[in-house]
Amino acid sequence: MTKVTLNKKRVISDKVFKIGATVAGTYVLVVVVLMAFQLISESYPIWEEEGLSFITKTDWNAVEDRESFGALPYILGTLTTSAIAMAIGVPLSIGIAMFISDAPAKIGGPLGFLVELLAAVPSVIYGLWGLFVFRIYFRDWIETPLHNAFGDNIWLFSGNPYGLDIITASVILAIMIIPTVSAVSREIMKAVPQQQKEAAYMLGATKWEMFKLAIFPYSKTGLIGASILGLGRAVGETMAVTMLIGNATGIGAIPSSLFGPSQTMSSIIANEFVEASPASIHMPALIGVGLILLLIAIVINVIAHLLVTRMLKIKEGAINN
Amino acid sequence: MTTKITTIMTSLLMIATLVAITPSLNANAQSAPDAPNSNLKFDITGAGATFPFPLIDLWRVEYKNDFDNVNLNYQSIGSGGGIKQHIEKTVNFAASDAPLTDKERLLAPGTLHIPETIGGVAITYNIPEIPEKGLKLTGKMISHIFMGNITKWNDPEIASINPGLKLPDQEIVVAHRSDGSGTTFVFTDYLSAVDPEPGWAKKVGKGKSVPWPRGLAAAGNEGVAGIVKSTTYSIGYVELAYAFQTKMSYAYVQNGDKNAFIEPGIESVAAAAEGVVNSLPAAEANWSTVSIVNAPGPNSYPISSLTYLLVYDDIKQVSKNKEHAKSIVHMIHWMVTDGQQFSRSLLYVPLPDKIVELDKKGLSKITYGGEVLWKYDGPAKTTEPKTTEPKTTDYQIPDWIRNNAKWWADGLITDQDYIKGLQYLISQGILKV
Repeated sequence: MTKVTLNKKRVISDKVFKIGATVAGTYVLVVVVLMAFQLISESYPIWEEEGLSFITKTDWNAVEDRESFGALPYILGTLTTSAIAMAIGVPLSIGIAMFISDAPAKIGGPLGFLVELLAAVPSVIYGLWGLFVFRIYFRDWIETPLHNAFGDNIWLFSGNPYGLDIITASVILAIMIIPTVSAVSREIMKAVPQQQKEAAYMLGATKWEMFKLAIFPYSKTGLIGASILGLGRAVGETMAVTMLIGNATGIGAIPSSLFGPSQTMSSIIANEFVEASPASIHMPALIGVGLILLLIAIVINVIAHLLVTRMLKIKEGAINN
Repeated sequence: MTTKITTIMTSLLMIATLVAITPSLNANAQSAPDAPNSNLKFDITGAGATFPFPLIDLWRVEYKNDFDNVNLNYQSIGSGGGIKQHIEKTVNFAASDAPLTDKERLLAPGTLHIPETIGGVAITYNIPEIPEKGLKLTGKMISHIFMGNITKWNDPEIASINPGLKLPDQEIVVAHRSDGSGTTFVFTDYLSAVDPEPGWAKKVGKGKSVPWPRGLAAAGNEGVAGIVKSTTYSIGYVELAYAFQTKMSYAYVQNGDKNAFIEPGIESVAAAAEGVVNSLPAAEANWSTVSIVNAPGPNSYPISSLTYLLVYDDIKQVSKNKEHAKSIVHMIHWMVTDGQQFSRSLLYVPLPDKIVELDKKGLSKITYGGEVLWKYDGPAKTTEPKTTEPKTTDYQIPDWIRNNAKWWADGLITDQDYIKGLQYLISQGILKV
């Protein structure tokens, strides 16, 4: 008797679990599909109006009866700031991860916690700090001397620095991706089997040689995956970038110097969406930029996913052997 | 002794109130829509511009003090968002810094424009050599600075009209809004007016977001103010109240008549609205070209603008029932009349009488499926003009009257009626002051 009830209960709980899991799984799929559908349908007028030239044009004019939109400057702005942020942030993050993974638990533990804490700081805080504090010092101590020394000869440093430009936004972005990248990198480095490290030491390797021989080859793909997760964050970051990038539009937003203003895809959406007239193609143009951003984000995440999965497979292989 | 005086005062006030009831009730029957049905609860929703939000929010509180069964929910999501919701008919009214464009009018036929307050835009600058306000600028100069034709502060053009000032030989840094905004609309509308084709109007044009030829951009008034404050030799534009509150230096701008440089302020912006009031269309007409920039009048500050509440003339399509519709009409009427007295406290410019009159006529056009909700044929001639304009704030009821006649304050009739009653007694010589 008791046995039967137990079985019934188990059957019911099994069904509940099945339904619950299916609902949760479908939810993700439905959200992504609905989002893509909405973006495509709402941006349809701009594709109809501009065609694929929407991606290659540099105009951005929302004045009534002169509407003309092209997303190229913002795609370039996003890619440039993200690339610079990666160039600064990734080496630093991997350095942090190396330190934490190898440091004694007493130091590494709290330090790792602090790094993760940085990830929890809202981006608007980074933005405000960047706008009111960081920008001023960065302009006076780094940008102006660089401009005075090289401004006339090297195009990278041309243009009067005001602190609202590509490099300031990129540095803040770098600071913002460090927690993500270093936290994931640390986990990946920790996943390297102890035997590998010990083997390297046994061969007489120094600490750096140990990293070079044992950890990097082993965690290479994972580290790339971690960096691409950071890139994903940099590409989509909105508030802090909007506050610091100078928000140029049209041809003026194409990055031409580190000290010139630009604009990213997410920042132009944040800037103009609220007041875009629902009767003009301004709104579809902004949603079209959103669609491009979504596609770029998907590509980046898929690459990261593939790399991380490959890394995990290698790891499993290593353990099984 | 004191008790006796108080008694006399109290009895005089009793008379005053009794006298006041008769004309004011009469006046209410004609000059204001019916108050919302006190047996029902009403939720009114609005959405739109961020610029009038502080004022609308104060109105919400003050209106609820008088009519606690009406709940206003105003979402300051931006003019564009407000117009979108207005077109989709999901709000009872919308607010916009700019009138509906022709295209938007087609999507929302039958929209009434009800100006509810007036805004101004100040030109702020940061020149260490000129820490005080009062740099003089003409419209053309501002246009040329923002387009990059004038690049240095000591440009001979600027120097020629600022003989007393020590203008530095420095590059001008231009700051503007990065987000779409009504402030930008007013500013570029002004530049298009003073620098017509082939100048600003052709090269840049007017709008909430325009293709800026140069400059650094940041979001919000606070963003532009932030750039100007932290960047020497910069110039930017912010909403008037914001310039006052942050105590930035601002320029005096040449008026539309080109005979004076006007300091921005509540009075000079109100003067600009007065200057164009006779050329304003009726509420139900096409407002798409209406602009009060560069208004005539010797004291008119030229970078000024009306901001609007948008309502459908057939309010049935956005309201739940007739009582609800009436409460909406009453509340908007209250905003443009009684509500105006709160404008100054928040550095908004109160509407001139003639615009209030225009608004009332517009509100009387509102119907519920063809049924007129409020009949209004212009100001009542039998009684003195309804003193809802800011004038009434000059009369403050002393605290002792309030204390003596507390029952009055809790009653059905507003302070205005109360004051009117007192004035009636004074004018009749019954009450000596």
